[in-house]
Amino acid sequence: MTSLLQGLKNIKWKHYINYIAVGIFAILFTLMTFGGSLPQSTLYMLEEITMNILLSVSLCLVVGFLGELSLGHAGFMCVGAYMGGKLAVILSKTALGNGVLSFVFCMLLGAVVAGAAGFLIGLPALRLKGDYLAIVTLAFGEIVKTLFQNSSSESFGGPVGLRTPRFDKQYLFIIGFALVLLALFVIQNLIRSKHGRAITAIRDNEIAAKATGINVTKYKLLGFIISAAFAGIAGVFYSFSHNYVKAEVFDYNYSIEILIMVVLGGMGNISGAIISATLITVLNTELQTILTGDRAVLKDVIYALILIAIVIYNNAPALRSFRERFTPRAFVRRLLAKRKGNAYNADDDARWDVVPTKIDMDEVLSVDLKVVESTMRPDKEDKSDE
Amino acid sequence: MSDFVLETKNLGISFGGLKAVQDVNLKIKKNEIYGLIGPNGAGKTTVFNMLTGVYQPTTGTFFLNGEELKGNTQEKINHKGIARTFQNIRLFNNMTVVRNVMVGLHSAPEFKCTLLESLLRLPRHFRVEREMRERAKELLEIFGLLDERNHLAYNLPYGKQRRLEIARALATSPKLLLLDEPAAGMNPQETAELMDMIRFVRDHFDMTILLIEHDMSLVSGICDRLTVLNFGVTLAEGDVTTVLNNPDVVKAYLGD
Repeated sequence: MTSLLQGLKNIKWKHYINYIAVGIFAILFTLMTFGGSLPQSTLYMLEEITMNILLSVSLCLVVGFLGELSLGHAGFMCVGAYMGGKLAVILSKTALGNGVLSFVFCMLLGAVVAGAAGFLIGLPALRLKGDYLAIVTLAFGEIVKTLFQNSSSESFGGPVGLRTPRFDKQYLFIIGFALVLLALFVIQNLIRSKHGRAITAIRDNEIAAKATGINVTKYKLLGFIISAAFAGIAGVFYSFSHNYVKAEVFDYNYSIEILIMVVLGGMGNISGAIISATLITVLNTELQTILTGDRAVLKDVIYALILIAIVIYNNAPALRSFRERFTPRAFVRRLLAKRKGNAYNADDDARWDVVPTKIDMDEVLSVDLKVVESTMRPDKEDKSDE
Repeated sequence: MSDFVLETKNLGISFGGLKAVQDVNLKIKKNEIYGLIGPNGAGKTTVFNMLTGVYQPTTGTFFLNGEELKGNTQEKINHKGIARTFQNIRLFNNMTVVRNVMVGLHSAPEFKCTLLESLLRLPRHFRVEREMRERAKELLEIFGLLDERNHLAYNLPYGKQRRLEIARALATSPKLLLLDEPAAGMNPQETAELMDMIRFVRDHFDMTILLIEHDMSLVSGICDRLTVLNFGVTLAEGDVTTVLNNPDVVKAYLGD
């Protein structure tokens, strides 16, 4: 018994907090569904939430840990949605019908094709930096969207869109939660390994990473492929959830919305990405139902104001010291210090053990002089070592 | 096996019409501390960049323990046994000190662990992680950084950042260590400590060291032999006193 307790004490709970939180919510909502106490609108919202968590967690790998700005995440999702949706249409006419097995096949196809697209985008990422890569990914998303829009009506439905078979709505969100857990398993285990360390090393200093023997090509491509594959899975989930895939949905606005989820969650913070994806989805859906008619325009205004407030809260220096003082961790430490009679030392609150973030909001959302300067000299190479 | 750890033959590079470095012939013996000096813009760092695969030499070639390394990628050259530090310190700033060193251990054959093993959390993943951390701590202890191991690298004071960079380079278990201006920005006291440390690295790690330096007290204090570059060509080479008293060298540094 004591050894069991000891064992429980040794578990790094921090590593499992995301699984536990997602798992608890999954079980809670499952029980509520079986109890019949969830309205259809809540089920729909849960599907949206799990899908957006999938997207933000997977983008978090590229933006937060690999340190590359990708504005084409919806493009990967689009690929997955169309591929999975089309396969579902084909399979529904076979013996597999519309069961779980055909669902799994669709997921696999969506993940593989989107992962291949991620590989293609990873290739320019080996040579392009920052803004230039962002432009390439942005263009990728638009190209994918346009391609599917202009497909023939027999293949992918063209401008009308692709109608996909209906999946049992009631339980779809449970699959959504399972997919989130799968994504967390893969991405968190990747990051908390030597391979993830290599990826964060590339983010922090690519030149030093190469000189330290890290295969930058391999790890950049790996990051892009895994991230895109999960975006593809989210796309397949979308096609099952909406029964209808229309390319217009996957425009750059959607990509940027996913990016906002990652940024608000704190780049390189997976728990943050989950929370902000949830909050933004709820906010979006609620604002849509509250503000109807003429007031619908206010939705974007409120949304933008909240974003501005959070960004200022996260980055303003004056607020930063305030924030550091009042984190839950600081509170616990102060409490412990008081109990032990030690003086409280604010330096202890610096969170060394959290995988920190490199890019801050300023870098992503503003065009500063440095960027303009490098745009004027596109062939400028970093020779500061010279 | 060649007599020399590093041997360059007519190593040179041109950027367009500009011949940045021409005909550099270095012969560095095992356990030697070899200095590469010269005025600003002489091409010293360019030589380092060629030796580490950042630039591909346009003429000549170079050998590590008799093996030709020209044409390899940077990480391949590192795996073969050349590690370097940078003139302007390049650490993984947002990672902890111990993780910086662990990145250096990434490619060591004894710490091999495939992606699948890491993703599925197989026993080997845990063993490799534990052993890497232990090895990294040993290295940090040698460099007096053990207490700071959980600090973020950019929070370290300048001198410790230099030491961490050397520790990270040594973590890749090189045969030749390239130090690019290790004493830059240090006061005489720190420079003296650095000299002790470089000697210690040579003895403790059985290392051969090639260093670029402007600080003549450091150069004359620890280097066994020197090569002087000026405008990309070798001006003089040989043991320290001969080279530093060479009238051409004095002229290159001080003018006529």
